[in-house]
Amino acid sequence: MDLYEYQARDLFERHGVPVLEGIVATTPADARAAAAKIGGTVVVKAQVKVGGRGKAGGVKLAHTPEEAEAAAAAILGMDIKGHTVRRVMIAAGARIEDEYYFSLLLDRSTRRYLAMCSVEGGVEIEVLAVERPESLAKVDVDPRVGIDAAKAAEIVAAAGFAPGVAGAVADALVRLGEVYTREDATLVEVNPLVRTADGAIIALDGKVTLDDNARFRHPDHESLADIDATDPLERLAGEKGLNYVKLDGEVGIIGNGAGLVMSTLDVVALAGKDLGVKPANFLDIGGGASAQVMADGLEIILGDAQVKSVFVNVFGGITSCVEVARGIVAALEILGDHATKPIVVRLDGNSVVEGREILTAAKHPLVTVVDTMDAAAARAAELAAA
Amino acid sequence: MTIFLNAASRVIVQGMTGSEGQKHTARMLASGTQIVGGVNPRKAGESVSFDVEGKTRTIPVFGTVADAMAATGADVSVVFVPPPFAKAAVMEAIDAAMPLVVIITEGIPVADTAVFTAYALEKGTRTLGPNCPGVISPGQSNVGITPATITGPGPIGLVSKSGTLTYQMMHELRDLGFTTCVGIGGDPVVGTTHIDCLAAFQADPDTKAIVMIGEIGGDAEERAAAYVKEHVSKPVVGYVAGFTAPEGKTMGHAGAIVSGSAGTAEAKRVALEAAGVRVGTTPSETARLVREILRA
Repeated sequence: MDLYEYQARDLFERHGVPVLEGIVATTPADARAAAAKIGGTVVVKAQVKVGGRGKAGGVKLAHTPEEAEAAAAAILGMDIKGHTVRRVMIAAGARIEDEYYFSLLLDRSTRRYLAMCSVEGGVEIEVLAVERPESLAKVDVDPRVGIDAAKAAEIVAAAGFAPGVAGAVADALVRLGEVYTREDATLVEVNPLVRTADGAIIALDGKVTLDDNARFRHPDHESLADIDATDPLERLAGEKGLNYVKLDGEVGIIGNGAGLVMSTLDVVALAGKDLGVKPANFLDIGGGASAQVMADGLEIILGDAQVKSVFVNVFGGITSCVEVARGIVAALEILGDHATKPIVVRLDGNSVVEGREILTAAKHPLVTVVDTMDAAAARAAELAAA
Repeated sequence: MTIFLNAASRVIVQGMTGSEGQKHTARMLASGTQIVGGVNPRKAGESVSFDVEGKTRTIPVFGTVADAMAATGADVSVVFVPPPFAKAAVMEAIDAAMPLVVIITEGIPVADTAVFTAYALEKGTRTLGPNCPGVISPGQSNVGITPATITGPGPIGLVSKSGTLTYQMMHELRDLGFTTCVGIGGDPVVGTTHIDCLAAFQADPDTKAIVMIGEIGGDAEERAAAYVKEHVSKPVVGYVAGFTAPEGKTMGHAGAIVSGSAGTAEAKRVALEAAGVRVGTTPSETARLVREILRA
């Protein structure tokens, strides 16, 4: 789960990372009140999970509460790269002397953590990494240790901080390392980390990604989930415990296992290329394809008005095709008149013959059973194009 | 020969007394795996009975992995322990110097996996997974949740990030059979990599062709491609799932997310083909390429 800047700021504050005062607001009036509370010059910042908001006009300086209100009115509702701004953060202003960069992330290639740090912050780090790689220090971090004082000193030295600020920066890095390990993050990024005119080191803007698998030991992370930014069908699927991703297409897809479902999307895309149809979604019903799970899955897919046909692609591993076939038949009974689109089913694996017999015997007018994945994908694409 | 697992492998089950553990222990026993014990500190000294094709098999439960190894000579452990307790279970197996630990559990926090994977690499234990179907050497032994009835022994070695796609590929090539099929798992951190499996298949005289199944996310396939170019003389056929996956969306596996340009299916296909790997666009085409190679 990616966090908004204000959520990252709050986490930083909780772990002792130096941050400026910041208050989130959803209306111009709240923004005005927040600016009055903070006092002095403030920055009104759009809260969106995408880069480049400054260039898009999503960050404005305000010298008075009235200016903050006007800035919030301009920014709220703005579209930044397809993301609607629903919140702004009113942040205290600061006189910035220097800007630095820091991130800590999971490095899949080493299977350890990687700290990246530069005395040249505030720029697009991807650009810096390509154009001036020597100015971006990369330091391996042992996941069993994290960033202790020694590791922080190593990172600061590798990045080439001046002796006058190295100590304060290292302290901040230890705290940021705590955010990473104690909150089960997979990314903590600060860009920029700044030195203010009075010499303080401050995390001015932060990005945090939390590990969803660690939710069981962080009940408080539940409240950070961004419900209104989620597609309504994706939200419904989430409530039913299904792994669904909405795409832009006409062939609804249900399958078991993430890899097989991804593969099914590809096969349908290939089959539909010349017909002008595409897969409509990713939906993995997982191992146990019970009637209820199948009904839930079909209900979500049939709730997508763009869908013209449905392709159910199941390889029975542990799950018997008999269970899957019964699930489909029962799901169609549960859905009744709501099931209106043709459904192509391909079953293989465990008890496939019996499973196909159940579907054939049910003689449901919407269901076609096709033996292979390729042929079934072709049939589903044809039905969607018809 | 096979890789990682053979008929002589002696297997213990961590989490055997739980519902998933019991279900899959019964399946492993039915597929001929030598299950020699289970581990549960609260049930040490007890035993669990399984009905295996009409015969009762009784498996002893030990309090620790070390006790189980001492009593049974186990050299493989398979972990079905739920996510909150999985790290401790794997660390215990590593401390006991278990040679191979297969972690089936799905949903382990990646920080936990990073910790036990680093520890395993240091101590010389091979871990497989987590969030994987396990490893099967058809006709010899099956550790994990792979259906044993899809296919039998044969000349192909298979390594895959995905469970059901592994089953699909085994099914496509069921008439030919496999030395070993390894499901390495789809999480961002895994203990055994594509490269580890490629190296093992290259060294195995009975493996005549290697099928490598990847999916979007990370650069494991790109690194595997570089490894193939340098170190693998056997034919390798590749398949990558996720060409139609949109950027920034997680597709089920925690690792299957495309961010930026790296990690796309297309980038992986290009890297594999540049290394001389033939890449199928669908599972069936991939199977056809394997057949062509083995016929030649």
